[in-house]
Amino acid sequence: MSALLAIENLTVEFTTTRGTVRAVEGLSFRLERGETLAIVGESGSGKSTAALAILRLIAAGSGRIAGGRILFEGSDLLTLADDRLRAVRGARIGMIFQDPMMALNPVYTVGDQIAETLIAHQGMSRRAARQRGVELLRRVRVPAPERRIAEYPHNLSGGMRQRVMIAMALACRPSLLIADEPTTALDVTVQAQVLSLIDELKAEFGMAVLLITHDLGVVWEMAQRVVVMYAGRKVEEGPSGRLFTRPAHPYTRGLLRAAKWEEGEGRRLSEIPGTVPSPSDMPAGCAFAPRCDAAVSRCRGERPALGRVGAQREAACFVAESEPA
Amino acid sequence: MSAALEAPLLEAHDLVKHFRVGGGMSFTPRHVHALDGVSLSLHPGETLAVVGESGCGKTTLARCLIGLIEPTSGQVRAGGEDAGALLKRDPLRFRRFAQIVFQDPYASLNPRRTVYQTVGDGLRIHGLCPRGERRERAAALLGRVGLSSDYLDRYPHELSGGQRQRVAIARALAVEPAVIVCDEPVSALDVSIQAQVINLLRDLQRDTGVAYLFISHNLALVRHIADRIAVMYLGQIVETGAIAEFRRSLAHPYSRALFAAAPEIGRERVDGAALLAGDVPSPIDPPAGCRFHTRCPHAEARCAAEAPELRVVDGRQVRCHLAERI
Repeated sequence: MSALLAIENLTVEFTTTRGTVRAVEGLSFRLERGETLAIVGESGSGKSTAALAILRLIAAGSGRIAGGRILFEGSDLLTLADDRLRAVRGARIGMIFQDPMMALNPVYTVGDQIAETLIAHQGMSRRAARQRGVELLRRVRVPAPERRIAEYPHNLSGGMRQRVMIAMALACRPSLLIADEPTTALDVTVQAQVLSLIDELKAEFGMAVLLITHDLGVVWEMAQRVVVMYAGRKVEEGPSGRLFTRPAHPYTRGLLRAAKWEEGEGRRLSEIPGTVPSPSDMPAGCAFAPRCDAAVSRCRGERPALGRVGAQREAACFVAESEPA
Repeated sequence: MSAALEAPLLEAHDLVKHFRVGGGMSFTPRHVHALDGVSLSLHPGETLAVVGESGCGKTTLARCLIGLIEPTSGQVRAGGEDAGALLKRDPLRFRRFAQIVFQDPYASLNPRRTVYQTVGDGLRIHGLCPRGERRERAAALLGRVGLSSDYLDRYPHELSGGQRQRVAIARALAVEPAVIVCDEPVSALDVSIQAQVINLLRDLQRDTGVAYLFISHNLALVRHIADRIAVMYLGQIVETGAIAEFRRSLAHPYSRALFAAAPEIGRERVDGAALLAGDVPSPIDPPAGCRFHTRCPHAEARCAAEAPELRVVDGRQVRCHLAERI
């Protein structure tokens, strides 16, 4: 059976004053129907760029998709004609962003913005679209939806805005929801509500979720499979449970220890030394080698390719820990 | 806890801060109740963490304590003296006593000044060392936060987020303060960098005995770094006590909800009834009675009518009528 979404060898480049940099390089992964896959990484890992590239939302001036294929429901989104791509965006693939205040239009009411999607993709009348908008708001548990639908984004709290975004993204019952840091701007009690809502709607609508986040706690709660990115490349992928209990790549191990606030000797938190390399100044060999406590001389000269480290698991590391067969 | 026996360094007594919003000619002015009767004390060498969600007043509290804003009523005492009076009489002495590190190191460093100028300012203004030795002292301060002297002549835009936060910490350390207020000092940083900065703050505390008032929304982090915790909700402290008590149990329903909502690797997701419904109510018209009663799963009639006071339950202070029963 073919996957809902298959990214093959995706490379995204940006032109900067210091030359061309690769924000995403040779990224491949597959997402099955109804599955939640998390792409996790720190700033500069390329995770958000990859998400934007799926919908061809890379700013044309400075960035371009330099190679690869994005197969969604059988067609390559990168070669799709603009009008056919528009029929995918917002209809077959919904997207929600970190900051709903930036993503919502401040001069239109919530109702107008939800209705726009329904009118554009499903040819609904304005009246029917408004009615459906109220239902959608009720479904994402916005209190008093008949009243809220006439309000502007600035009247709503951050949690309510993100619910409105979700209602818009789900208006046309997409088969894929891309959620880019959907709860990073929210307080934890509201984050818990929104995450549980996404899970519930996922089951109800039978959609797959591509979750982009830096927060391993959120990944733990939401994802079935995890892709770990570092400096534009995938360094590890595997089923969530086993990746968390037995990370193969030293970067994943370090990230996990840091996220758990794990203490080592003398009550010191375990840390990853150094910082993420700048894309214009990538080390030769493995990009993580300068920060890696397991690095050997080979890591500094040669870039490791992805290799199998267990059932459905791969890692790009010469010293990766394999699962016992 | 030997710290508790010593006189407190920094104290808040019944701090109230209301901000006027709206107003003008045709509106009746309304007020944001950012702080409503907050009292706490910070002892030498300890870390007191103030935890809460946005709108709970934790940042307003930090700014009142450091003298950046004046409380509407109540008092801040620094080393036993009235901080408001001290700030008017001898502001330099107060600033040497207490410093602050802000959340966003991109906003809190002046982009037009070099690292040396930023770190050296405190030394210059307070006359802490002869001009000829200032550069050397600034280099030594950078060394203590893990940056080489190569960074002295760099500008903030040349630094990463973690390096900037180290500069901000060096700037605070320059005047050898007794207290540093850390307002979400790592929440703008990447996960792998957060632990570096926390380890640095701990090392500095061990070496200098500085006390931290640590403002955070990150409960997992706070459980590692704090000696005592105060949980705030809508301008009030709802539970406060020693870290050991918090590790053992949580008494206030809000503290429980807050700890349960934060995702924790290795722990089953908390779902359904344990999740709080709704958003934090507006601090312009906080709910009558217990401020948490509109979201509290245990609320009774009494909670809506009567505001609970902080009282001792199970070894810590709790602001809840039902703390013994739930």
